[in-house]
Amino acid sequence: MSPILLIEQILNGLQFGVMLFLMAAGLTLIFGVMGLINLAHGSLYMIGAFAAAAVAGWSGSFLLALAAALAAAAAAGVLVEILVIRRLYRRDHLDQVLATFALILIFSEGTRWLFGSFPLYLDVPEALSGPVTLPGGIRYPLYRLVIIAIGLAVAAGLFWLIARTRIGIRIRAGENDREMIAALGVDISRLYTLVFALGAALAGLAGALVGALQSVQVGMGEPVLILALVVIVIGGIGSIRGALVGALLVGLTDKLGGFLLPLLFRGFMEPAAATSAGAALASMLIYILMAGVLIFRPTGLFGAGT
Amino acid sequence: MTEAAAPVLEIRNLCKSFGALRATDDLSLELRPGEIHALIGPNGAGKSTLIAQIAGALKPDSGTIRFLGRDVTGLGVVARARLGLGRTFQISALAMEHTVLQNAVLGAIGAGGGAYRFFVPALGMPALVARAREALERVGLEDLAAMRTAELSHGQRRQLEMAVALTLKPRAFLLDEPMAGLGADGSRKLTEFLDGLRREAPILLVEHDMDAVFALADRISVLVYGRIIATGSVDEIRAHPEVRRAYLGDGA
Amino acid sequence: MRRERLINAALLLALLAVPLWAWAADEPFTITLATRVAILALAGVGLNIALGLGGLVSLGHAIFFGIGGYAMGILASHAQDHAPLLESPLLIEGTKSMPVIWLVAVIASALAALVIGVLSLRTSGVYFIMITLAFGQMFFFFAVSWPAYGGEDGLSIYVRNEFPGLNTLDPIQFFALCFALLAGALLLNARLARAPFGLALSAARQNEARVQSVGIDSFRLRLVAFTISGAITGLAGALFADLNRFVSPAMFSWQTSGEIMIFVILGGVGRLFGPVAGAALFILLEHFLGGLSEYWHVFLGLLLLGVVLFARGGLIGTLAGREVAHD
Repeated sequence: MSPILLIEQILNGLQFGVMLFLMAAGLTLIFGVMGLINLAHGSLYMIGAFAAAAVAGWSGSFLLALAAALAAAAAAGVLVEILVIRRLYRRDHLDQVLATFALILIFSEGTRWLFGSFPLYLDVPEALSGPVTLPGGIRYPLYRLVIIAIGLAVAAGLFWLIARTRIGIRIRAGENDREMIAALGVDISRLYTLVFALGAALAGLAGALVGALQSVQVGMGEPVLILALVVIVIGGIGSIRGALVGALLVGLTDKLGGFLLPLLFRGFMEPAAATSAGAALASMLIYILMAGVLIFRPTGLFGAGT
Repeated sequence: MTEAAAPVLEIRNLCKSFGALRATDDLSLELRPGEIHALIGPNGAGKSTLIAQIAGALKPDSGTIRFLGRDVTGLGVVARARLGLGRTFQISALAMEHTVLQNAVLGAIGAGGGAYRFFVPALGMPALVARAREALERVGLEDLAAMRTAELSHGQRRQLEMAVALTLKPRAFLLDEPMAGLGADGSRKLTEFLDGLRREAPILLVEHDMDAVFALADRISVLVYGRIIATGSVDEIRAHPEVRRAYLGDGA
Repeated sequence: MRRERLINAALLLALLAVPLWAWAADEPFTITLATRVAILALAGVGLNIALGLGGLVSLGHAIFFGIGGYAMGILASHAQDHAPLLESPLLIEGTKSMPVIWLVAVIASALAALVIGVLSLRTSGVYFIMITLAFGQMFFFFAVSWPAYGGEDGLSIYVRNEFPGLNTLDPIQFFALCFALLAGALLLNARLARAPFGLALSAARQNEARVQSVGIDSFRLRLVAFTISGAITGLAGALFADLNRFVSPAMFSWQTSGEIMIFVILGGVGRLFGPVAGAALFILLEHFLGGLSEYWHVFLGLLLLGVVLFARGGLIGTLAGREVAHD
């Protein structure tokens, strides 16, 4: 095993992790502030990817595509919040799950109806395509490095937003005591719409960024949504820091597990069997990680203890 | 009641902090056979925290709780209930969709340890139903047995709480503000009832209604800022300078 | 209450009458549709014990459905290939016998439910939802990446499995088997709900502190309920695989979990016959809307949204009134 391959996998893990963070941050904010579990968050990711692919195909500009992804996902978020989600804040989690599950059906089939069943492709922009050489002679795709940078920048921005700005103060207040901040004259329903739109925009951004790495198709959002839920379970609901740590843990575990386990199994199995057994176990690794966290910290690494 | 009788419930040097707040501060308390021991104190004195620790819902930071001579500090709510600690809640905790009888039968199921019977209807088991009806009768709810609990008045819910505790035939009662919101007539009836109940099992009574406390209590403990500042008979407590200061702000 | 009983009886009769009519009219496809209704309703009855009675919002019931399916697939594929499952330390052969397959499916899914329950019931509310969803995905990816039993492509079984004394290849006879199992599960659910166990379980859903304080451990109660629930859904999975003579990782997918939940909700959560009404409605919609438009899931989504936002009792709740039975 060469160290270069290992470092490559670590970078892949980081890239996967920050992408999960973009999803998990929105989910955990929405849960923390509004107490809502939003399964349709994966649909917003998909909408971002489709908007980016459509606009890139029409204009040829990746930046324009990114802007379109953010705008489309945020707009879809606002629309859904006002039409549906708003009625769910006071409902139990079962109703929230069902209604947002219904939204997935509507969004997925609606998108299939608009764009057809064939995947769309979004190209990595010219300026970011191709590898760069890192110190130590590692050649790594520039675009993936840019995703890592964008993800970390968004994380920093979110920490700043929550800790330092008026909106952040209101968000934190909203987490603690809804009635109180409503009584203080903050327009709570505007705040909720805003938080939801922010979460949606982050999901749309993630969808557009990843859309250039894989195909853009209906159903792309839900696997990522479920991984983001795993991230939140590991990190603790409502905690942005937990979402970041959890996302990086999950990203690294997945990529390194997929790389190292088959190698490990080759130590005592024949190569073909080692590859398949390693791959099978690797596919379960993040869930095993989640189970482990649950055994020792049922409320997650950064969750409020009971 | 003699000094020699071993206490049913014995709390020694209990401490519990939330951050910098010492909600329970080196607290010791006994409940002796046959007595009603009232626990009073101003709001924020730490009564709820104490009850949660006695019931087993909250783990103390240090100190011990002995029940019937046995150290139960490490046991949870379920185990303590099974040992015979019967409690009522300050805010009624009932299965609101169930009928009054079903709530009482639930207590009987718990008392008999028979929750894992899968095929026989609970309301078709004579032993369970008899026990439940007997408890309902004692609190005067027998006529409402078939009513949905959500339709009960506030006072009736308090009575049902009491009935569920009775189905357990507990060795000690832990009653959290049973008089709250009852009105004069209800309070008077419940006072009479508790007066007789102490012969079955001692009662630790947390209560704001001072008329009831002074009428019932064999002993009173006063809780202020997590500490018991005085324990004694009704007259002793009435005259106690620190109690007067805590309650009345007397510049003694 | 009385009205709900009438509706229940009508549902059961309709589920029996439609395939009998189809049998007389020689319409095997309709019999297959009714068989699907019976099997999916059975899966829903399983979930309803956890969800309706226990309030456990499990989005991972596809796990048990899939385990039941693969129990059938693995046993039957070994039997059709004449290759034993295991030779040492003891010889285990595949089988084509339905009763044996059912037993294995029930035990395996009950064990899985027990383990997943121990892990996930330590948490509650929204954590429980996320964790069950995540474990479902774990099984899905495992099934996809484990090549021994078809991986992504799944497993085909050439001939339906056998039941002593019946010709299971005859659609109406296979339907009769599925219907009998559904009826049995409904009976079990009805008994369970009224027994001390059901009373305590539903009380724990309404007020956990109450149940704990009478000395009943709500964790254990829920764990037992989750295990029974998983076992029943597992049995449905084995039947579903037998109906299609095919299993694939799709049985483990989150969509499957969501659909099982939709049966329960469309019919009416906590209603004994909710899953039957829901599964029937689902199959009817799939059949008729699916014939009208390729994108019928949009309408399913809108319907579900409408039920959640405006008609919380589901189909049976709308027809029979809000009150849930209390005897």
